[in-house]
Amino acid sequence: MLNEAGQVPTAPTARAAPASWARARERWSPGAFALTGVSQVLLVSWAVLVIFPLAWMVMTAFKSDQEIFFSPWQLPATLRWENFTRAWTQASIGQYFLNSLIVVAGSLTFTLLLSSMAAYILARYEFVGRRVIYYAFLSGLMFPIFLALVPLFFVVRDLGLLGTYHGLILVYTAYSLPFSIFFLTSFFRTLPTEVAEAAIVDGASHSATFFRVMLPMAQPGLVSVGIFNFLGQWNQFILPLVLNPDRDRYVLSQGLAFLAVQQGYQSDWSALFAGLTITMLPVLAVYVLFQRRLESGLTAGALKG
Amino acid sequence: MYHHKYRLIVPFLAPALLLYGLLVLWPYTQSFYVALTDWKGVSANRNFVGLDNFGRLIQDPQFWNALRHNGAMLVVLPVVTLSIALLFATLFTQGGRGVAGASFYRVVFFFPQVMAVAIVGVLWNFVYHPTIGLANGFLKAVGLAGLQRTWLGDAETALAAVAAVIVWQAVGFYMVLFMAGIQSIPISFYEAAVIDGASGRTMFWRITLPLVWGHVQVALIYLGIVALDFFTIVQVMTIGGPNRASDVVARYMYETAFSYAQFGYATAIGVSLLFMTLTLSLLTFALTRRERVEF
Repeated sequence: MLNEAGQVPTAPTARAAPASWARARERWSPGAFALTGVSQVLLVSWAVLVIFPLAWMVMTAFKSDQEIFFSPWQLPATLRWENFTRAWTQASIGQYFLNSLIVVAGSLTFTLLLSSMAAYILARYEFVGRRVIYYAFLSGLMFPIFLALVPLFFVVRDLGLLGTYHGLILVYTAYSLPFSIFFLTSFFRTLPTEVAEAAIVDGASHSATFFRVMLPMAQPGLVSVGIFNFLGQWNQFILPLVLNPDRDRYVLSQGLAFLAVQQGYQSDWSALFAGLTITMLPVLAVYVLFQRRLESGLTAGALKG
Repeated sequence: MYHHKYRLIVPFLAPALLLYGLLVLWPYTQSFYVALTDWKGVSANRNFVGLDNFGRLIQDPQFWNALRHNGAMLVVLPVVTLSIALLFATLFTQGGRGVAGASFYRVVFFFPQVMAVAIVGVLWNFVYHPTIGLANGFLKAVGLAGLQRTWLGDAETALAAVAAVIVWQAVGFYMVLFMAGIQSIPISFYEAAVIDGASGRTMFWRITLPLVWGHVQVALIYLGIVALDFFTIVQVMTIGGPNRASDVVARYMYETAFSYAQFGYATAIGVSLLFMTLTLSLLTFALTRRERVEF
């Protein structure tokens, strides 16, 4: 452990830490700060607290209802994959999954397109009312969504968009704009102006300059905003709860919460655990693959927002 | 050139502005008026009643009951979450020592943050389940069967059980946030302190905490907003029950609007929630203000 401390390229400090951190680590007397047994116990306990419910969920998903009730602590006697089939088809998890996918794919595309276009204008062009528009977008960050809920419901209803994919897509996009525009405006401001100017001098139109030159340059910012919004929109609960009353159109989190109540009555517990596992696995996979980007995207969002 | 400019500005800005105006600004603006009416959802029946809704709010025991729970969360959530998150962040960074398995812990601790609150709620409903649940099963396994409860069905434990889930989910996020802050502190500060013979604890209070205070401030405001909202987790886990023992203002508002169709009154609750959130953010900012240390 002590040796390891000297050369931890994978340790959390390695990423942002200046080289001096690594050097200091080697020089430091281990006694000064020895990690006590107490702290190790704390870390292990918290890890268990996080992993255990998830592992238990996956294990239970393979059991029969009988086993769930009468031997909750034993491993499943046989792996009942049929629980997953039942969850996917009979309990409609497959349908909910598809709904989420359609809505989030649409709203994420629109969010990135509209916010990057608006942010580019706000960052690079001087015109009458620029400040007013910028602060109007920003003000959306201050208000709790609850304030808008009732009027929003009626606006969406009067537009005939209640319980439709495109209705949800438009609402998700609209509520993602304030943060995305705020983030991307400051991002566009940090990009050098010379490249765009050169493109214009070479005869490119303003819009071609944006799509061919500026957007590719803004890619890191777009990725951060994309990750942030993907999680926010995929996990959205209150908006679909109010605006998406049709059971066939339920998105994943909404559908699962509904199933949890309903399946409880029908006591098809194993399918419910399987459904929960199905819901969790893609998120886990995405997380493990993009862990660093996700983390920095989310924490940067918090610090900027 | 000038005309070219507007030919770009208008089509680039208009779609975002239209959508935002129609679906965000317009409802927000409307809500301040709706809160002053007795609207029940039928357009013709909308009478202006002035501040009546707010008068009713002040005398509404169910509103105060819910608000009391938000208040409790406002104290408990930041204290518990930030203590644990700061402790872990310090263990991983301060003194520049890698902990064995540090990156593993980091990945594990952060994971709950990526899951939807609603999904986490459903999972923990099972963990707390009186017969098949993990919580009671664990207590029985370690010989503490006497402590077994129907966690979410018991008025005494329901709110605490829900709060624990939010802490469970949030700790990893704030830990990573603080780690970023701690890592931006120049290592020479710690080196100097070590030479002067400072203990780990002294270094935490004298160096680490003051220098990550900006991050702590942000975290306090965020957790304050979470504590004043708290809708999703309560709606999924207890629906405010049993007997309103875990009700919160946002959920009471949702019920008032979409179960009882008292849209005017519900919106007044929403407006009061806005003022509480704004006041809280400003207060947090003012009360936690410290002289900024440049480094």
